Amino acid sequence: MKLTLKVWRQKNNTAQGHFENYQVEADEHMSFLEMLDVLNQELIEKKEDPVAFEHDCREGICGACSMVINGRPHGSQAGTTTCQLHMRAFKTGDTITIEPFRANAFPVIKDLAVDRSSFDAIIQAGGYISVNTGQAPDGNAIPIEKDLASEAFDAATCIGCGACVAACPNGSAMLFTSAKINHLGKMPQGQVEHGRRVKNMVRVMDKEGFGKCSNVGACEVDCPKEISTDNIAALNRYYLGQVFGGQD
Amino acid sequence: MKLEANVPEGELAEKWKKYRGSMNLVAPNNKRRLDVIVVGTGLAGAAAAATLGELGYNVKCFTFHDSPRRAHSIAAQGGINAAKNYQNDGDSIYRLFYDTIKGGDYRSREANVYRLAECSTEIIDQAVAQGVPFAREYGGLLANRSFGGVQVSRTFYARGQTGQQLLLGAYSALSRQIAKGQVKMYNRHEMLDLVKVDGKARGIITRNLLTGKLDRHAAHSVVLATGGYGNVFYLSTNAMGSNVSAAWRSVKEGALFANPCYTQIHPTCIPVSGEYQSKLTLMSESLRNDGRVWVPKTVEDAQAIQRGEKRAEDLPEEDRDYYLERRYPAFGNLVPRDVASRAAKVASDEGKGVVKTGLGVYLDFAAAIERYGKSEAFAAGIHNPSSEKIRELGEAVVKSKYGNLFQMYEKITGENPYKTAMKIYPAVHYTMGGLWVDYNLQTNVPGLFALGEANFSDHGANRLGASALMQGLADGYFVIPYTIGTFLANEIRTPKISNDSPEFHDAEQRVKNRLDQLLAIGGNQSVESFHRRLGKIMWDYCGMSRNAEGLKKGRELIRALRKEFYEDVYIPGSADEFNPELEKAARVADFLELGELFAVDALDRGESCGGHFREESTENGEAKRNDAEYTYVSAWEWDDNNPVLHKEELTFENVELKTRSYK
Amino acid sequence: MRWLIDFLTSSIGKKLVMSLTGLFLISFLVVHLLGNLQLLIPDGGVKFNIYAKFMTTNPIVKFLAIGLYTGILLHTVQGILIVLGNKKAKGSKYAVSTYENGSWMSKNMGLLGLLILFFLCVHMGDFWYKMKFTDQMPMVTYDGVVMKDLYTAVYTSFSQVWIVIIYLIGLVALSLHLLHGFQSAFTTLGLRHKKYTPLIKLMGIGFSVAIPALYALIPLWVLIKEAANY
Repeated sequence: MKLTLKVWRQKNNTAQGHFENYQVEADEHMSFLEMLDVLNQELIEKKEDPVAFEHDCREGICGACSMVINGRPHGSQAGTTTCQLHMRAFKTGDTITIEPFRANAFPVIKDLAVDRSSFDAIIQAGGYISVNTGQAPDGNAIPIEKDLASEAFDAATCIGCGACVAACPNGSAMLFTSAKINHLGKMPQGQVEHGRRVKNMVRVMDKEGFGKCSNVGACEVDCPKEISTDNIAALNRYYLGQVFGGQD
Repeated sequence: MKLEANVPEGELAEKWKKYRGSMNLVAPNNKRRLDVIVVGTGLAGAAAAATLGELGYNVKCFTFHDSPRRAHSIAAQGGINAAKNYQNDGDSIYRLFYDTIKGGDYRSREANVYRLAECSTEIIDQAVAQGVPFAREYGGLLANRSFGGVQVSRTFYARGQTGQQLLLGAYSALSRQIAKGQVKMYNRHEMLDLVKVDGKARGIITRNLLTGKLDRHAAHSVVLATGGYGNVFYLSTNAMGSNVSAAWRSVKEGALFANPCYTQIHPTCIPVSGEYQSKLTLMSESLRNDGRVWVPKTVEDAQAIQRGEKRAEDLPEEDRDYYLERRYPAFGNLVPRDVASRAAKVASDEGKGVVKTGLGVYLDFAAAIERYGKSEAFAAGIHNPSSEKIRELGEAVVKSKYGNLFQMYEKITGENPYKTAMKIYPAVHYTMGGLWVDYNLQTNVPGLFALGEANFSDHGANRLGASALMQGLADGYFVIPYTIGTFLANEIRTPKISNDSPEFHDAEQRVKNRLDQLLAIGGNQSVESFHRRLGKIMWDYCGMSRNAEGLKKGRELIRALRKEFYEDVYIPGSADEFNPELEKAARVADFLELGELFAVDALDRGESCGGHFREESTENGEAKRNDAEYTYVSAWEWDDNNPVLHKEELTFENVELKTRSYK
Repeated sequence: MRWLIDFLTSSIGKKLVMSLTGLFLISFLVVHLLGNLQLLIPDGGVKFNIYAKFMTTNPIVKFLAIGLYTGILLHTVQGILIVLGNKKAKGSKYAVSTYENGSWMSKNMGLLGLLILFFLCVHMGDFWYKMKFTDQMPMVTYDGVVMKDLYTAVYTSFSQVWIVIIYLIGLVALSLHLLHGFQSAFTTLGLRHKKYTPLIKLMGIGFSVAIPALYALIPLWVLIKEAANY
């Protein structure tokens, strides 16, 4: 299939970016990233600068791939990362616009690659259970209701790709933050420092320059792991509970 | 060079306990003054960095990723083994030890494997305490499932994303230490060289991947947890960035590389679809519990399928060859990975492959869907159910068991595996070889340690399913925090290591020269094209089935390719900017050397064992191990022309060496 | 009080202000509508004018009205600040815009809010300001009591087509604003559960359509009636 790609090119963070058009010949069995590989090989053969994009596992779990395809992070296929998106979703003659994730907290590094270290900062603020190696009681010491463990798991499947922030018209990281808080907070071992975790993670989330959630729900739609905005509602509840009912 | 494994004295079951109780320790006030570098943030690296930080060491941790959470441990699907015996089915530490030794075809070190089995139980406790959402029963207790090649149910899992959940656990522990300032984290920093001072590993040279700046990082000790080298095959289930460079740079500084030829080829991957393919996707081993593997009986039918004129469901039962069930009636579709992989290759080589390229076999769920459908109908009290009803009920059962895998398959191939048989083919998945380490996980370079897939220690010639996660975490959480003390206890009087010594400056210059050399070649072929060609040579001559002639030829081809690489590679951009092509070039340059060592090792090992199959060493068409001549670890010292072999003889005091049979 | 300042400056705190003021204004919409529907009673405006006098002179209502003004002010100012902050947090927009992943209203609450504010200015300038601060109102006497004839003022105003059009635009904006805002307010309060959230959403839609529609009935009714009189 013949495609026209409109790709965002930006030399570095301070440079002015612009769209560049490329023609590429793709196969319907290729993944989207393999199609970009083809483009890059052609550019290298012409001794031009290849398009920078992040990728690693190429099986939808590492969360490295990050681009906006025709206005949608990871493209329009539900529950799919860019690396899992295959070209059979497109047809010959299509023009595909490819842009980096856009949010102030995710500055562009080059072309389609952005810096997502603000997510690490949020996790470092409390996305853990304080237990040193060797301190743990037996794995079966605390029974956890099957459904509860399953709900915690649903929140824990977040791959930290940042599509939620990219999709959000406000650049908010509430889905990411709330998913981690719910993953840990739903289980008894995470309850002990739940209040602290909620306050600290929200504080750092705000500090990192993410926007405020206005319940648009784009994050949920574009999340490749289909994490629910119920997590956001729950975080609001925890936070209010912590502020008005907590000790400090 | 005499290789000292430093295995403690005593009974197998007492070795680790006694050793732990009597080894030299570093007092807390001294830990504060000791610096440790950890490279890699997968299960082993993140666990080690977090735990060493908790103990009070000053840790510097490095990853080439943008975040520690992206390490490829995240992609492990199936589960993690532990000898908890929660199912009361007769599991024990000894049984896990025995299964692992046997599964590794008697090519691993007894004491290391026993320690691994001992640590396995603590890992589960630790992971649960960190909030890893393992699968549970209705009573709230942990659930288990069974995995290939063993008779007990000891695999703990978190749906099909166990690796992800365990890595996020380790990442959270690491994040906590970063927040406390115990660990200083360097994201997007790639280790490009090891620095030795007075023979001891004292630091690394890194490149800041965003700016290209080279940095000299000094410490009292260096821990490598940098994963495996499966990407030497170009196409593998490894992540695109997975590479051997940290380990290989250490080899260049004198560390030995053990058993490079031991590669695990996983039987159930999605077949290659075309020349553009960049990576292969694994479908969990658990699928073989219900899927039946087959190819057409005749080449004519196979060719019709390859041309797209026939489909799996067009072939009647009598025209199908369920070759695993035929060849291995005792284990059938559940034979170990290496056996299943070779059988698929044999069938495809006979021309019976079922995909366009000829390289693929069927994994068919039709029988399972019908079986489940009938029993569901019976349970629901439906008498004389229609075949549609049976299908519908059966598909629901299969969906509940493997839904996410089927969905992934459909995303990648565009085919619905409920309606038509899946197509699978083996792919490189894991490398058992790695840096040679002693019982303390220390390489032959004092102060340099290697953990997880980066070392060679625990899986012998073949790794059992659900054991990689176990080993990575055991090494990181429960072994290195103790054993690093055996080295550091003697370093408490060593002042802070300066990064300003001639050794550091030399190493930095070495790195700079190497990068400049690569950029200066200015040829015409892309890095990717060389990597692809290397992978093809590796697969054709050092793949699932190897022979002396092919290995020699392969070695020559790799050497020729390496020469061509240094004459004609083209790398755009410069060294002082964000330049993924340059990163890739440095990694491929190392693969071009490791690949050769791989062939040399495979040639040296004239027996078939585990993942290493030599056509010259077979019996009735099955692999034949040769214990008399090859019961040793091959530890290689690199040399451009003649790598030197050092042997560590393996002694088995607790298990009897037997032939593996699955007939 | 540090905690309260921390809270009110946090992202969730700011959203809580929006949620609570929003819900308060929603409740006002109901009260205001019930009062105004009296305009449709064919009694020449007696009931409505008495009601209007009560609403402008009763000390308790006056006190509540201060709350209302504060609510409007807070909702407006905070809303503008949030929209501006979010614009900054987003940086630049995508070249391809899409509503596949979120409704148009949810992505344009700021714009809708400004439209409503504009409408509110027209609306209050027309009645509230004239009623309270000027003597341009026609007067009327019931049982010897002289009072301002708001009823007539409304009828005069609504017989002009362009005024009615402004009202209709304002009410459509209000409807769209509510379609997202109603259920969003509950989510911000953390009130979400798979059992009752579908009910909230349904109520939200019902409310967002019915209330503005009933409001719209008044100017339309007047316009048609006055037109028929000619």
